[in-house]
Amino acid sequence: MTQYVIRRLLMVIPVLFGVSVIVFAIMRIAPGDVATMILMGSGGEGGASAEAIAKLREQLGLNKPYHVQYAEFMLGLLRLDPGNSLWSGQPIRQELAQRLPITVEVALLAILVSWVIAIPTGILSAIRQDTWVDWIFRVVSIAGLAVPVFWMGTLVIMALTYCCRWIPPLGYTDPLRDPWRHFQQIVWPTLVLGFFLSAVVSRMTRSAMLEVLREDYIRTAWAKGLRERVIVIRHALKNALLPVITLSSIQLGNLMGGAVITETIFTIPGVGRYLVDAIFHRDYPVVQTIVIMLAVIFVFLNLVVDLVYGWLDPRIRYT
Amino acid sequence: MTEQVRSVDAQVALAGRLPVRPGILRRVLNFARRKPTGAIGAAIIFLMVFTAVFADYIARYDPYLIRTDKLFTPPGPEFWLGTDDFGRDLFSRIVYGSRISLYVGILAVLFGTTNGALWGLISGYFGGRTDFIIQRVMDALMAFPTLVLALAIVAALGQSTTNVIIAVGIVLTPTANRVIRSVVLSIKQNVYIEAARAIGASELRVMFLHVLPNCVAPYIILATTALGTAILAEASLSFLGLGTPPPEPAWGSMLSGAAQRYIRQAPWMAIYPGIAISLAVFAFNMFGDALRDVLDPKLRGR
Repeated sequence: MTQYVIRRLLMVIPVLFGVSVIVFAIMRIAPGDVATMILMGSGGEGGASAEAIAKLREQLGLNKPYHVQYAEFMLGLLRLDPGNSLWSGQPIRQELAQRLPITVEVALLAILVSWVIAIPTGILSAIRQDTWVDWIFRVVSIAGLAVPVFWMGTLVIMALTYCCRWIPPLGYTDPLRDPWRHFQQIVWPTLVLGFFLSAVVSRMTRSAMLEVLREDYIRTAWAKGLRERVIVIRHALKNALLPVITLSSIQLGNLMGGAVITETIFTIPGVGRYLVDAIFHRDYPVVQTIVIMLAVIFVFLNLVVDLVYGWLDPRIRYT
Repeated sequence: MTEQVRSVDAQVALAGRLPVRPGILRRVLNFARRKPTGAIGAAIIFLMVFTAVFADYIARYDPYLIRTDKLFTPPGPEFWLGTDDFGRDLFSRIVYGSRISLYVGILAVLFGTTNGALWGLISGYFGGRTDFIIQRVMDALMAFPTLVLALAIVAALGQSTTNVIIAVGIVLTPTANRVIRSVVLSIKQNVYIEAARAIGASELRVMFLHVLPNCVAPYIILATTALGTAILAEASLSFLGLGTPPPEPAWGSMLSGAAQRYIRQAPWMAIYPGIAISLAVFAFNMFGDALRDVLDPKLRGR
């Protein structure tokens, strides 16, 4: 077990190396750099002399050779100090410390919402396969996959404005300062995201349940005369949940930076928004730090899920 | 005529030479009866392709025509779906938008899914170190949230339709790679592969003539669903202002900016393009689902 974890952790190194090289390269291919952006404005509307740009580049350390820049950045990251944003000059660590909890909160709540919607519908769909219940849930879940999150968010705001004559407060308030306002701000984005995620989760629950329900031990349980509810919930669900957990963990990893659109619509100051703004500004260290952080989260979530597997299903052994 | 042909077919079949193969129309009808949702999807796809091809005849106005006297006209007989903040006809813009969505979607899938599938074929077929290296690259690509990866690529290459296609294509690559790799791994176990090797077929011959044809069905399923994903990704990029550049009538960009700002004065601007995106993605998902059921018996009914 310990050996397995160590080996898995060693496997992480090449992946993280690949990610860091890819993101470093992508950001350097990008036309224009942060020095030009700062002096000329992000649209290039202001004027600046070539000397001024060169001077700022030198100050920011952008004129060093690429491998030196890469090595310096990675060493800083290993000390958990990625330095300052080139655009705002603020320490990246401090900024992330503020934003990450917000993103994690929204993401976890969204996953929770998706489970509340998807697991019951997925189970019902499976045990009533090919009936109208199944058909409706399947069509709704395929439709849920098709509706873009940004449009659903817009519709929710629109519906609240028109039907309830109430515009939800946008932005983000510290829950300790004003819990009620915090709730009003957080509930809509999490519902929208949760509904969106539930589409895939519901399909996964359904197909996993269908597979498990055909197993021999389920037939044995029926033969013993157990009630349907007991068979489904106590015997089948636990095994059917394994792939669902994997899926949710991938979704959770994706949400850490991928909730950009939801954060944009509901103006939530999360990690995604920070990342996209940094991409626009060519703020290299911020982009690199966030992307590597996301990759680390993603890889560790995978590891945790694999360990949870062993706990849920004692047949799985790690060697 | 068909009756006659069929009876000839039937005679041949009775003679034990050919199985009866129903006509194309009959097969389409059979598919529609067995998979009504898939048929609905196919119908919407057909409608979308038709609209894109004949956009010049279907659109009622020039989609770029700015009319300052018609700003924010609500939907009505003159402008079926209303006009936007430049007085442009929303219906015509949505009609022309189908071209962008299909163009970006199809090319992104041809580039991304095909690319992923080819590497998957190589990775699964050769195994060993080749497999290890390719899979670690895919791991790295998968560790990025999809939208972030696409955003970063467009930001790096510059904003243009071609670069959106490249970005969306790269996002599609790892999934296709994984699926085709696993298909190849199971095909490799078959006896006929061993037989082909035994009679001295070269690696390339086995790979392209014996393994590849068996990947076609999964590839078609992948590509159909990937088209939905690609259309959605293009719309998301456009919504964030990094997709197909304005003033092109991309569905995603029609929903951002002005549509958000004038949501109270002109709600139609924020409604109709969204319906178009949802319908298109819905259609490809439905059709892909039905195709999977029909083409892949192992997954039937899931």
